[in-house]
Amino acid sequence: MSATLDVAIWRGTEDGHFQSFAVPRREHQTVLDVVTEVQRHFDPTLSYRFACRVGMCGSCAMVVNGRPRWTCRTRVSEVAEGDRLKLEPLRNLTIVKDLAVEMTDFFDKWKDARGYFEPGPAPETDFAVVPPETRERQTANAGIECIGCGVCYSACDVVAWDQDYLGPAALNRAWTLVNDVRDRGQTERIDAVATDAGCHACHTHMSCTQFCPKQIAPTYAIAGLKRAVMKRAFGGGG
Amino acid sequence: MTVLLFAAQRLSAMVLALAVAVHLATILYASHAGLTAGAILARTHGNVAFAAFYGLFVVAVAVHAPIGLRNVLREWTPWRGSTLDLALILFALVLLLLGLRAVIAVFSA
Amino acid sequence: MRASHKQRGFVAAMLHRLSGIALAIFLPLHFLALATALNGAKALDSFLALTRNPLVEAAEFGLVAALALHMALGLRVLAIEFLDFRERTAAIVSVCAAAACAAGLVFVLNLG
Repeated sequence: MSATLDVAIWRGTEDGHFQSFAVPRREHQTVLDVVTEVQRHFDPTLSYRFACRVGMCGSCAMVVNGRPRWTCRTRVSEVAEGDRLKLEPLRNLTIVKDLAVEMTDFFDKWKDARGYFEPGPAPETDFAVVPPETRERQTANAGIECIGCGVCYSACDVVAWDQDYLGPAALNRAWTLVNDVRDRGQTERIDAVATDAGCHACHTHMSCTQFCPKQIAPTYAIAGLKRAVMKRAFGGGG
Repeated sequence: MTVLLFAAQRLSAMVLALAVAVHLATILYASHAGLTAGAILARTHGNVAFAAFYGLFVVAVAVHAPIGLRNVLREWTPWRGSTLDLALILFALVLLLLGLRAVIAVFSA
Repeated sequence: MRASHKQRGFVAAMLHRLSGIALAIFLPLHFLALATALNGAKALDSFLALTRNPLVEAAEFGLVAALALHMALGLRVLAIEFLDFRERTAAIVSVCAAAACAAGLVFVLNLG
């Protein structure tokens, strides 16, 4: 282990290139520390995103040595291959510049999947009672911690093969709402996830589940959606 | 349509799970017992249960394979839309016709 | 190789997909071969005599293994999708692959 890291960082847009920097290696360094040091002391034109830097916001998600992760929660010592780091923007999203990607498509697909709460036309007359130990609530709870970082979307090969595929995050969110007993938009939501670009396109590669920094399992949420669609189409038997 | 295709795919898969298990067991038994083609045909000749089983097998395959190929082609090639669907319906018919013809051949040999 | 391509789910999906494609190509040929019986048992026999060579037998091992593999991995998918099966270990995919190879071996070793 030498005193410097050989860091290759993607510059430009889709037809960009890698630029190398020799960054001093420090104890307890995170990949975000490295990127920040490059931007502050080597090349101020480097573009990247971060916010909380403590693993809460998901803004710093990038591909580090081939794996999508949060750079603030990734120790260099964990991932450096010898002394080499390779940093790329998230996959499957248009590159704005360098390490920053355009997240619009990602969030548009949340809307397309009806990944939002539908209160219904009339206000409820009383509080909804949702016991936390019910199956639906526990199922919903398993998926609600998603912060929309895009790691799963970046990891998904079906998204890479089919630009229209709604993707694991949007579908996971839809499943949490399918299990929300207060929601009044279930019919429209099932319709939204039952398209060619919906839950049926998932082939259980499970990369989303493998890489999710919050240990959410979109694969099983999507499987739940498949069952919910079948149930609606063919009745209680399926 | 996606829902119907998915349901047909998974339902035919369940039918095939049973059919393939039986078929594999039969193949392995026949090869272990060293049965010749003649010996096998003697057992299938006029055997209605055999014909019904393999007939159902053929129908399930004619549903399952084209739908699977549809996913592969849509994801790995630029081909999609009604021309793809038509081509796959044709493939399904080919499988159905050739398959039933094979069942009849072995039943009546 | 992309990190997502080293994951067991992706390997399983690729094995499942490729074995499916192989079977889809093989099936019409299989049906055509069987239909030679329309010309009597002797016709089928003489066609099958062509298959008694190492190259064909190797291909047959592959086909039997592909069939068993496609079924085993398909059962895994059905379990995840319909039985809410939570896979906890990569060993399941390995077991499917091993069972498929075993089926292929039993077949080909019996051809003798």
